[in-house]
Amino acid sequence: MSVEPMKVIIAKPGLDGHDRGAKVVARALVEAGMEVVYLGLRQTPESIVNAALEEDADVIGLSILSGAHMTHFRRVKELMDKNGLGDRLLTGGGIIPTKDQEKLKELGIEKVFGPGDDIQAIVDYIRTWHRSRST
Amino acid sequence: MKRPVVKTADKRNWEKKYRSPDLRNADFSSISGRPLEPLYTREDLSGFDVDTELGYPGEYPYTRGIHPSMYRGKLWTMRQFAGMGTPQQSNERYKFLLAKGQTGLSVAFDNPTLYGWDSDHALSAGEVGKTGVAVDSMADMERLFREIPLDQVSTSMTINAPAAWIFAMFLANAEKQNVSFDMLRGTLQNDILKEYIAQKEWIFPPEPHLRLITDLMAFCADHVPQWNTISISGYHIREAGSTAAQELAFTLADGFAYVEHALRAGLEIDDFAPRLSFFFNSHLDFFEEIAKLRAARRIWARHMKEKYKAKDPRSWLCRFHVQTAGCSLTAQQPKINIIRTALEALAGVLGGCQSLHTNSMDEALALPSEKAVEIALRTQQVIAFESGAANVIDPLGGSYFIEKLTCELEEEAERYFQKIDELGGVVKAIEQGFFQREITRAAYEYQMALSRKRKILVGVNEFINEDEHLEIPILEIDESVERDQIRRLEELRQKRDNQAVRSRLDALKKAAAGTENLIPRLLDCARVYATLGEISAALINVFGEYQEQPFY
Repeated sequence: MSVEPMKVIIAKPGLDGHDRGAKVVARALVEAGMEVVYLGLRQTPESIVNAALEEDADVIGLSILSGAHMTHFRRVKELMDKNGLGDRLLTGGGIIPTKDQEKLKELGIEKVFGPGDDIQAIVDYIRTWHRSRST
Repeated sequence: MKRPVVKTADKRNWEKKYRSPDLRNADFSSISGRPLEPLYTREDLSGFDVDTELGYPGEYPYTRGIHPSMYRGKLWTMRQFAGMGTPQQSNERYKFLLAKGQTGLSVAFDNPTLYGWDSDHALSAGEVGKTGVAVDSMADMERLFREIPLDQVSTSMTINAPAAWIFAMFLANAEKQNVSFDMLRGTLQNDILKEYIAQKEWIFPPEPHLRLITDLMAFCADHVPQWNTISISGYHIREAGSTAAQELAFTLADGFAYVEHALRAGLEIDDFAPRLSFFFNSHLDFFEEIAKLRAARRIWARHMKEKYKAKDPRSWLCRFHVQTAGCSLTAQQPKINIIRTALEALAGVLGGCQSLHTNSMDEALALPSEKAVEIALRTQQVIAFESGAANVIDPLGGSYFIEKLTCELEEEAERYFQKIDELGGVVKAIEQGFFQREITRAAYEYQMALSRKRKILVGVNEFINEDEHLEIPILEIDESVERDQIRRLEELRQKRDNQAVRSRLDALKKAAAGTENLIPRLLDCARVYATLGEISAALINVFGEYQEQPFY
């Protein structure tokens, strides 16, 4: 079982520039003792997965408020699976309608967060996943 | 400007009774975290000079409003920000809103357009028409404003990085409508500094963008005299999570930076300053917002008159548009957003705005449905015609609380101006991540306050409806929009005079490498249907692209 702090990539793929949520989540995860690699804006699925490979990240968190979530989540998941990161956690948040959340579940993205979700819930979700993975 | 507080016997009596053990266990600070007194009295204003600090509406320092008659003379413009899908769909929405009684237009563009990319750019995939209207060329401007008389209705365009060439397309379309430039009224947001700080829609590094902004100011002073060349914005800074004082200070600091840049470029202050305008948020903390707007007017007037020595009183005016706070609205129990928006709109009116956008209840979920935006517009109409808020100018003026809060916000802003100066000015402060870190810290603190229930958000961390399901219609942008735009682009590229496009883009590049005003060159490109992305690419060739260093 790893005693190193969890490493989380936070990124905004595509053209959406609304980074308040991504930054607040990044801060909260740091406060919770995780290591955060904040890639910022205008990332591509390729640049995000490359960073995850370089950093050997446990978690990738995407933030998308522009409506382009299906395109980006799908592509990131594909690249993760192709590059041996299929066992890592892909999650995220933004403006993602409920019916699209169902579609994301079918792709293997168990949970995404949205407006009104408690910041602690995000921290707990990642921690719980990590714990269940290490046992 | 420290004002001594002198306590009288009567106040002490009340204070004794007030300090009982039975106060509610709640956070009485403003939504920005500003500590507030339980009561404001004349002692709070000892030292306040009513003549020089309050004054009269339409007179320096404009605390009470920029016009002598304010809403008795002319109501604020009801200007709903709108745009979705194809230019045709957006044109229909504009006609709908005008028919429902709005009095000005406001264009929302999609992400690719905001970044200066065409709908068929590789990175535009999945994004076309989703957050606003797709505009790829003058042909799209023609569709967007079909049957809309540009000489009769003013148009605001929320566009920043490619503002100059979007504006060129707008002008070229006006030409086609036989509307002369001096008849055009409207506003371009065109505020690049706040992009680096908050909205994040840039193309080049700061200097080339600032050059384009100054070029546009000079061009409009001569050719489009009724046009507001810039809408110096705090809205987005606030949406990113800043406090009210930060929104106020950072916006005005950006304003001063533009003034200084234009002066360095050799423009005369009274030639461009009357056409600077502003754009503020109206958030939920009612009184803080009203005070913030009043402080904005007084600060701007003082600096423009006393520091920058503008002689024309129109240069001293902080004219502003207000939008109610999108970030205050919830996905849970969305109908309650109607109430939030109404309160925020009322604050904007009591704060003396010149134009107002009210958000729709489905803000957190999608672009506004017709029903939702109609209610948002009706909110303004109820305020204007039923509430009495427009009958008396600056009705809260003279309130101990409002005047004290206005002074406090002014003082906080001045402290921020000093800090920004120490860092070397706005651009240097951006490079050092000063604004970005301040904003994220405020956003984080608010989020933690929500998490700990020190701040309440109805329906979200209190008064929750378990198992709620969506009851309101949600607008969806069809994937065919992207296909349509791409197809039209292909047709356009075949039908137009590509030789002319190439030669005008070359002329643009040459001019960009020099110092001449680029607006005429951009107009030339627009007229021959050069696309947004082609113009951007030509300029990137000369100016390079900006890489953000992400601060949080």
